[in-house]
Amino acid sequence: MQESMGFTPQLAASSIAQILWLIPALPMVASGVIALMKQPARRLASSLAIGSLGISLVLALAAFGHVLSGWSHGFSVRETVNFAWVGMGAGSIDLGWVLDPLSAVMAVMVTLVGLLIFIYSTGYMAEDENYTRFFCFLSLFAGAMLGVVIANSLLLLFMCWEIVGLTSYLLIGFWYQKPSAAAAAKKAFVTTRVGDVFFLLGIVWLFSVTGTLLFYNNGAGALEPDAIATMLAGKAALGLSAATAIGLLIFAGAAGKSGQLPLHVWLPDAMEGPTPVSALIHAATMVAAGVYLVARVYPVMAAGGTLSHGAGGTTTALTVVTWVGAATAVFAALIAVAQNDIKRILAYSTVSQLGYMMAGLGMGGVAVGMFHLITHAFFKALLFMGAGSAIHGCHEEQDVRRMGGLRKEMPTTFVTYAAGMMALAGVIPLAGFWSKDAILESAHTWKSSQGPYFLLVFGALLTAFYMTRQVCYVFFGEYRGHGHAHESPRVMTVPLVILAFFAVTLGVLGTPAWPWFRAFLDDRPAAFEWAGFSEPGFLPLLLTSTVVVFAGLGLGWWLYGNKSPRAEEPDALERAVPTLWGWLHEKLYVDELYGVTVIAFYGWWARVADWFDRRVWGGLVAAVALAFRGLAHFDRFFDRQFVDGGFDKGCEEIYTGGGLLASIQTGRVQHYLRLLAVAVVVLAAILIWSSR
Amino acid sequence: MSGVFWILAALTVFGALAAVMLKNTVHCALAVTIAFAGLALLYLQLGAQFAGFAQILIYIGAVAILVVFAILLTRGSETPKEGIFSRSWFAGMTIAAGVFAVLGWAAIQSIHVLPHQAEAPSVTVNQIGDALMGRYVLALEIVALLLTAALIGAVIVAMHEKGESK
Amino acid sequence: MTPLAGYLLVAALVFAIGLAGALTRRNAILVLIGIELMLNAANLNLIAFWRYGPHPELLTGMMFAVFSIAVAAAEAAVGLGLVISIYRHTRTTDLDEMNRMKG
Repeated sequence: MQESMGFTPQLAASSIAQILWLIPALPMVASGVIALMKQPARRLASSLAIGSLGISLVLALAAFGHVLSGWSHGFSVRETVNFAWVGMGAGSIDLGWVLDPLSAVMAVMVTLVGLLIFIYSTGYMAEDENYTRFFCFLSLFAGAMLGVVIANSLLLLFMCWEIVGLTSYLLIGFWYQKPSAAAAAKKAFVTTRVGDVFFLLGIVWLFSVTGTLLFYNNGAGALEPDAIATMLAGKAALGLSAATAIGLLIFAGAAGKSGQLPLHVWLPDAMEGPTPVSALIHAATMVAAGVYLVARVYPVMAAGGTLSHGAGGTTTALTVVTWVGAATAVFAALIAVAQNDIKRILAYSTVSQLGYMMAGLGMGGVAVGMFHLITHAFFKALLFMGAGSAIHGCHEEQDVRRMGGLRKEMPTTFVTYAAGMMALAGVIPLAGFWSKDAILESAHTWKSSQGPYFLLVFGALLTAFYMTRQVCYVFFGEYRGHGHAHESPRVMTVPLVILAFFAVTLGVLGTPAWPWFRAFLDDRPAAFEWAGFSEPGFLPLLLTSTVVVFAGLGLGWWLYGNKSPRAEEPDALERAVPTLWGWLHEKLYVDELYGVTVIAFYGWWARVADWFDRRVWGGLVAAVALAFRGLAHFDRFFDRQFVDGGFDKGCEEIYTGGGLLASIQTGRVQHYLRLLAVAVVVLAAILIWSSR
Repeated sequence: MSGVFWILAALTVFGALAAVMLKNTVHCALAVTIAFAGLALLYLQLGAQFAGFAQILIYIGAVAILVVFAILLTRGSETPKEGIFSRSWFAGMTIAAGVFAVLGWAAIQSIHVLPHQAEAPSVTVNQIGDALMGRYVLALEIVALLLTAALIGAVIVAMHEKGESK
Repeated sequence: MTPLAGYLLVAALVFAIGLAGALTRRNAILVLIGIELMLNAANLNLIAFWRYGPHPELLTGMMFAVFSIAVAAAEAAVGLGLVISIYRHTRTTDLDEMNRMKG
């Protein structure tokens, strides 16, 4: 594991850690308040959302500063605040939050990017009538995402994870009257659910093996050495250890949320949501939650192997993560080449870059993957917001073949977009270059195989190519759309500028000359030295990546350059390789495959269950009801015949007897006399007999 | 048992039979008068002169007359439509026969233990008067009351009510 | 047969005849006649026992019979008065028809 040179752990929670829970709580409370407000209170709703997230940003910066100061003084800051949530007999289920470098960095990134996008949304959604609802959901999302980031308990993380999934559903389907939007929201939810099922299995297994769901708990947490040793000792199927199995299950959940290869199908369709939603959720934050999760449970996934930078072996779990990531990176980049919707290109680009992050985590460790996540968040958000600005300027047109020449009409958008595009492609010295280069370097030095390295290099080529294609279509050539394009308002362009600044400069945190970011996350001191550049094998790698990137850029410019193809004409690449283009355009038929296999099976299963329910269970219920009816009939019969009958008969007998007795009273005197005489005779006889 | 006794006994019995069995009610009343007379003679033979004369005076002289009056007042002399005996006469006859059987059997069985006083007692009216005013004065007074009540009662019962047609 | 037994038999016979008449004749007056016969038979019994029983000087039997005669007379008067009264209401003395007290 990482060496802590001269860093002493600090155990007591500082005051900033105590109030860390406010960071997610404030936006959630704001969301609740907005939910209760009336529709026309637009200014109030957005002010509330932006205000609460602003305060969260301030708190996150304070927390980051605290961790930073601790780091610079040689302390390893990991402060946790845990509390018991549900008591179960002797033990209890605990929740809590943690303040360490990883969570602090993520908190700052989420709040900062989120705040910029909130401000952008006030301009983008200005004409939408559901403005208030939008900010309610956005605020809820921000709160939940921050909850995921600071969670110290796997259970709390899962709960906030689910809320994030819910808000993603609500926001993708924001314009619910559009059937495509509603279907896309459902698809997103169901697909991520598949991953979440495995995630939940992993949580349960972890709890059963280690007995706790807290990450760090003064030595008793699930990510601390004792628990890791227990998990390694446990056995799973196929000769894997429990740690590997748990790690793979948790990765399955992350794969769903982050759109890795089999579960990536929801992300492109999620572009049905408004552009700020795509920017915030599907570029910067929610999809990053999967990467963050893998980074968080990295000790579990790396258990058993010896992984340090550039040496030693790796574990099964991390190998799987790496290969899945690399495959995703190339797969999605190929599809992005042949798409015509501006947001869809960016969506597939996101999937591809997420693959890069996962591969980076698998091969290079937490710092490598997280660095790319941070930089990607900034420039992908920038790209989406720029795309939104372009869409807004072209009067809600999204097909790139109908845009063009926006370089002249929308200069600010063009410049910022170009900055973001170059950062994504990995042009030196922008941020994307350094983060991607770190991944390529760890891939190059990966002991298991060089396969991921070549895949990722090919992916970088494709990335540069399709981004150039997109920029040429949108900003170069002539305007092919209807109406007149216009620049977006200041409230939309200012965030673009801020993000562009970060996209350009953030790379400075991760250059080999000054590996501040890695050192910060690994609790090591960092110093600025030019000698970092002269590490062996580094310069060839740098050159290779630069050459690849420029090759991609050149290819793109050559094919698409300053030309202005109409929407009806076939694409330049399409003319070159029509069959391949066809496949790529149809997203390599993954959706169709799912439709034929999984969905068809599910439909059949649903029919079986319905038959079973109606015939078997329904039959049982009907049989019971019938039995009861029969019993009721028998009861009635019994009651009538025996109880009523008996009673009636008895009364009749009494009546008849009374009648019989009454017949003695004839009303005739002589009869009475006769009776008297008989009685006297009898009495006399008795008297005589008794006296004899 | 002297022959007088048998004659008187036969007279009485036949008178009684006739009283019960004759169709005409007035004939019945006359027959019962003969029965009363027979009984009175029997009392005389037994030496109970006072009882005998009292019998003649009261029964024949008052009760029989009363019965005849009642028969006349109620048109009893007309023959009834359905016959003189009631519908269930056989039951009555049987019961009477039973009663006679019991009484007769009792008398016959106890012949040996019956008392027998051969000498007839000599009773004077003096003695009877003394007894009435002496030992039996209470009974006498009560009977007097009874007779008064009966008299008044009979009058009231048989009196015409106001507004009732005859 | 002792004299007393003879008298007793006669009395029993008259009594039975009177009873038969009271039980079987339709006319109410004849029922009363039967009752008178029964009373007379009882009187004969009393006188007979007085004559042939012990202590005839006490006059018990005779007195009893005399009082019996008196009471019988009174009873006959009242009874016949009742019959006349009923005859006025129902226009008949037929006992078979008088069953309004039938239960």
